[in-house]
Amino acid sequence: MNSIKQLAIIFGCLAFGELIVYLTHVKIPASIIGMLTLWGLLQLKIIRLKDVEGLSAFLIKNMGIFFVPPCVAMINYFGIMSKSLVPILVATLASTILVVFVTGITHQFLRNRQ
Amino acid sequence: MNYLSNPVFLLFLTLTLYAFGNYLTSKRKWILFNPIIISMVVLINYCLVLNIPYEQYKEAGQYIDFFLQPSIVALAIPLYTQWEHIKKQLFPIITSQLAGCIVGVVSVVLLAKWTGAENDIILSLAPKSVSTPIALEVSKSIHGIPSITAACVMMTGIFGSMVGFHIMNLSQISNPMSQGIAMGTASHALGTLKAMEVSKKYGAFASVGMIFNGILTSILAPIILRFLMPYLD
Repeated sequence: MNSIKQLAIIFGCLAFGELIVYLTHVKIPASIIGMLTLWGLLQLKIIRLKDVEGLSAFLIKNMGIFFVPPCVAMINYFGIMSKSLVPILVATLASTILVVFVTGITHQFLRNRQ
Repeated sequence: MNYLSNPVFLLFLTLTLYAFGNYLTSKRKWILFNPIIISMVVLINYCLVLNIPYEQYKEAGQYIDFFLQPSIVALAIPLYTQWEHIKKQLFPIITSQLAGCIVGVVSVVLLAKWTGAENDIILSLAPKSVSTPIALEVSKSIHGIPSITAACVMMTGIFGSMVGFHIMNLSQISNPMSQGIAMGTASHALGTLKAMEVSKKYGAFASVGMIFNGILTSILAPIILRFLMPYLD
């Protein structure tokens, strides 16, 4: 309902993240700090779920389109991409298989022991 | 001709292509019918054919880019609503995420090095397993090239969502939570999307995997890279 309030909360958390980065020069993205801040405020019941739910659902559901401009920016990097196409493909694909396997097997093993 | 590179028109074009991609995806489940891929391929060709430099497209793109950061903040909501489930399994979740995160960064860096990539490419590949907004931030902070990171994040997402479940079924990883978490950890939003198709429960755990690996990678990638630096020179 109150979209501006929702925007203010989300950007408030983001601005807090920026402040932490500005003050401490920590290498964590401001947005991650903002996310943890919002999570903390929800846990502490300072912010209620319905105060941010609508806008958040919109942002998460449509996250895909935020991928588009950075992908179009690949135009600028076709040169160096094509030069390293084999390393990029091999490393990305093989590493993805490894991550799926290692994460899944570790979780299953620890869960069965619990 | 100038009108075709008008920022408002380019913004309209981007939104329309994405909406069209969404429509195609809802009609037919085919991996290449992905709204991101469709918009990207058409827009890149559009700019190449009409000789529009990226800087000009960026005039429109920046309005979309702008929402990257707020959308990460919004991920606090699934983390909060699923906290009851997550809390009970915090140890297995965090340990497996930690293993996945370290294996992901170390393996992609070493594989790229062994296959002969330049250092700036190697750095761009390091955060490939996490969702784009986080990967772009990490890429910037470790001096990678954000566009290459974005491309590799897409490749990782598409490839992981295609083969992830097959790999786990072949390797006896049958627990639904383990499968969900692995999909989210390896292939972020696209892995989560794939897991959502199987069931809500898979999807919920996949999004936990996506969120935790995002946090872990943003914290650990710069540290892991510092340890790997001697091998890169």
